[in-house]
Amino acid sequence: MGVMRILVCVKRVPAPGAKIVITKDEQDIDSAHLGFTMSPHEECAIEAAAQLVEQHGGEITILTAGSRASDEQLRYAASVGAGSLVRIENNTGIDWDPQHTARSLSTAVQALEDEFGGYDLLLFGNEAADTGGYQTGIRTAHLLGRPIVNAINGIEIVGDSFVARRETPSGVEVYRVPTPAAFGVKEGINLPRYPTMKGRLASKKLSVAVVEDHSEPGEQCRVRLFRPNEAAKETVILGRDSEAAGAVVDLLEELGLI
Amino acid sequence: MSNILVLIDSCEADATETINELLTQGRNLANQVNGSLEAITFDPRHKELAGAWAEHGVNVIHYLTNSALHDYGPQAWAQGIVQIVSLVEPISVISCGSDRGHEVMANVAAILDAPFVSNCLSVTAGERWQASRLQWGGSLIEEVTVASTFPVLSFALHSCETTLSKISEPLKIISHEIELDTESAKTIVIERTEKPEGQSLETSAVVVAGGRGVGSADGFNVLETLAKLLNGKVGCSRAVTNNGWRSHTDQVGQTGKRIAPDLYIACGISGAIQHWVGAMASKNILAINTDPEANMVKKADYAVIANLHEIIPAVSDEIVRRNGQ
Ligand SMILES: Cc1cc2nc3c(=O)[nH]c(=O)nc-3n(C[C@H](O)[C@H](O)[C@H](O)COP(=O)(O)OP(=O)(O)OC[C@H]3O[C@@H](n4cnc5c(N)ncnc54)[C@H](O)[C@@H]3O)c2cc1C
Ligand SMILES: Nc1ncnc2c1ncn2[C@@H]1O[C@H](COP(=O)(O)O)[C@@H](O)[C@H]1O
Repeated sequence: MGVMRILVCVKRVPAPGAKIVITKDEQDIDSAHLGFTMSPHEECAIEAAAQLVEQHGGEITILTAGSRASDEQLRYAASVGAGSLVRIENNTGIDWDPQHTARSLSTAVQALEDEFGGYDLLLFGNEAADTGGYQTGIRTAHLLGRPIVNAINGIEIVGDSFVARRETPSGVEVYRVPTPAAFGVKEGINLPRYPTMKGRLASKKLSVAVVEDHSEPGEQCRVRLFRPNEAAKETVILGRDSEAAGAVVDLLEELGLI
Repeated sequence: MSNILVLIDSCEADATETINELLTQGRNLANQVNGSLEAITFDPRHKELAGAWAEHGVNVIHYLTNSALHDYGPQAWAQGIVQIVSLVEPISVISCGSDRGHEVMANVAAILDAPFVSNCLSVTAGERWQASRLQWGGSLIEEVTVASTFPVLSFALHSCETTLSKISEPLKIISHEIELDTESAKTIVIERTEKPEGQSLETSAVVVAGGRGVGSADGFNVLETLAKLLNGKVGCSRAVTNNGWRSHTDQVGQTGKRIAPDLYIACGISGAIQHWVGAMASKNILAINTDPEANMVKKADYAVIANLHEIIPAVSDEIVRRNGQ
């Protein structure tokens, strides 16, 4: 492989804490008082790209489809190693369903490849943190004619191929996929680094290339979002401080665990 | 006639229960449209398993083979399924909401440029299909409509109780030699290692989990001791894995493991929704936290308001004392 070119797709999502509040029109999460982030899977995909580039040389591009606010996530990615940032702007008001997102992403990747050269590796999160569609990466790879495997917990380069590992409930599966390839990555593949001060400063100076989106809408349409019912129950307080030990062990006995 | 095509992956963990739930959902959909439920399998053991599948309403089994398909391959499986789709002309293809189920359905949907609604809880067929599905790892439910006469679907694990529905006509088994192109053959598993059977976080009756409140990797020693006394396993929150105190294989939550032990002891864990979704199926939850207002304390069945480094050793000592009596 020559200079390796890696593109990672990330999605800006709200970061709720103890509880999610839904907006009155039931269409979205009320994010007025929330910070924003990306899926841990995507953070790990960026880290996987950074480690591959450290070992083999290369460059990392981050792509997102979203509003201008998503520049925050692009810059975060830049602070931990990405060199180019691209955002697909959507001004049509069309809902971002997975079919539509994949069309937009693949069109943008194709245009970037036409201009700057092909990517050896496309990385996605296994699933987005909010909608959890489990498909945008796979659809995008199909549209670009790349092989893809999801749920990956390990990527290495062996010759002209990527050797990827996946943990399953019963063991480990190994795939050998020739370049150019694509993977959906799962948290646990690595421990993402924290941005350094130098990285943060450099990321502020980087410009975000913005491209327009003209893709066809998808066929899945949101009606409403709601929280599942949870039976309200009282918590039984067994006690305070070490004095509660006896009560805890009574409970363990009651549950038949000792 | 309108048929439903269902992918049966008998290599999944909890295969029998997962498959029976999926077939219950599939039979329900087939009944809605007065159609038959036709299964796809790549498993050479299907003849032994067929009887049980028929009990859950399967009319036809399509067994797919190809000489290159010695193991799982998401894109190869999808290519095979698409060939059966053109033969059977179903109104939907469905699978269970596992990693493999999601992956194969996403590939099928991508090839056919069809919508894929993942992690469904319930589905109504129609001109416009309606579905409710999980978001945020199960913290939210989304209702959607699908503007397509052919949606691809996956059903969330444990989305229904299984019911038997024996079909009166005899079960048909048809073998198909499918065609594979070199592209889809690129993602076939080349090597597989099985992990030794044993107790895991998912199967353990007791899980003693620690969060940021544990304070360090060494801080987990007191949790290990208690877990051992209870014949349980140690789990953790993402704050812990992010700090490098424990491996991600111990993480419970939206991007970690979903568990359902008899008792979950959450020590120094605040109870963020992304953690809660991994633990909420536990039969009993005991929260140990210095903060009486912590979400974990409010949601738990039982709580102790205490410093975990004091209460946990005290509990272990008390267990040892009572065992000695
Ligand atoms: C998309 C997404 C996915 C995520 N997936 C997961 C996931 O899979 N799993 C997960 O866990 N998190 C996940 N998170 C992170 C989650 O939002 C929280 O940040 C995380 O769960 C917090 O971990 P914690 O409770 O250990 O830490 P904190 O929230 O910092 O809580 C620490 C708690 O310890 C208590 N405490 C402190 N000292 C003591 C003491 N000495 N004794 C007793 N109690 C003490 C404090 O009162 C507090 O309640 C995800 C986040 C996002 C955005
Ligand atoms: N709007 C978006 N912009 C960039 N990447 C996205 C977007 N939506 C989804 N993705 C990528 O596709 C993965 C799977 O998303 P999904 O299929 O929606 O669960 C995510 O983890 C991201 O890597």
